Amino acid sequence: MLTKTQLFSKGFLAVAPHMFSVIPFGIICGAIGIELGFDPVLVYAMSIIIFGGASQIVFLQLLSGGASALIAVTSVGVINSRHLLYGAVLSEYLEKLSFIKKLLISYIVVDQGFAESNKFFMKNKTEQHLHYHLIGSGVTLWIFWQLSTLAGIVLGSFVPEELGLKFAIPLTFIAIVVQDLKKLDHVIVMITCGLSSLLFFDAPFKSYIIISPIIALFVAALVLRLKK
Amino acid sequence: MTWLTIIIAGIITYFTRMTMVALVDRDLLGERVKEVLAYVPSAVFPAIIFPGIFINDYGTFIEINDPKIFGAIIAILVGYFSRNVIATILSGLSSYWVIIFLL
Repeated sequence: MLTKTQLFSKGFLAVAPHMFSVIPFGIICGAIGIELGFDPVLVYAMSIIIFGGASQIVFLQLLSGGASALIAVTSVGVINSRHLLYGAVLSEYLEKLSFIKKLLISYIVVDQGFAESNKFFMKNKTEQHLHYHLIGSGVTLWIFWQLSTLAGIVLGSFVPEELGLKFAIPLTFIAIVVQDLKKLDHVIVMITCGLSSLLFFDAPFKSYIIISPIIALFVAALVLRLKK
Repeated sequence: MTWLTIIIAGIITYFTRMTMVALVDRDLLGERVKEVLAYVPSAVFPAIIFPGIFINDYGTFIEINDPKIFGAIIAILVGYFSRNVIATILSGLSSYWVIIFLL
């Protein structure tokens, strides 16, 4: 049995390598807000209130482009709806927690933390305080997100755009799924999702981000049926 | 007004994170649904990866010789064999830079 501290540090260590993409993305996110002419306090507050990179950028771009508040809010909701899937997966491991703890822990679940903690959970189902791994990964991501968006706000776009640091985002997610390329069923699901996301990229409210996972999960269900 | 919009967006985002963990009883999900949920990472992350590679900042498709495609292939190979997140990200970025700055 691992102690709570050990689990927390394992969570920290699991997401630490992803800082190579989280930090530049946070800086870009803060800098974009200032470039678009928003109040720095407001840009930073989004990192606490929304705490989600892609949705923060889309939100600011929509508002500065003259979109209505309703459209901006809907887009954020659609982009973040993928967390419903993460929650459904994680609920198995968080079942025994008190309601209050579930409410608190939910705030810190983001893509990379979900991905790395879920990998750990699948291999260590019998551990008692599993949620400390999720707290470790989530708190780490939260702190670095706050610091890097702040850095972007204060320093502005000092990172030259030619570096193309946004490319670090797809790379960080490649690192997360790449080992599953060994399994044919996962490859089929991944390709389905990827091609659907390109096909539906122009769908309203960035809804490709939830449409393509739903299609891919249907294909996963079909694959499961064929395997039996 | 903008503040109110951000707070509403934040509340909605929080609900997407919290609903399935705190409000929905897991026993409501059938066995088959639980099996399918094991595919969630493979079913979600390519929707971030593919557009991040194949679609540019202006929302159009990139050319077939775009350096991002080369960078992604290198990252996949390095990631597959090294099992190392940092090596995956840095190999992808640096091979991308080699093409745009040196060639």
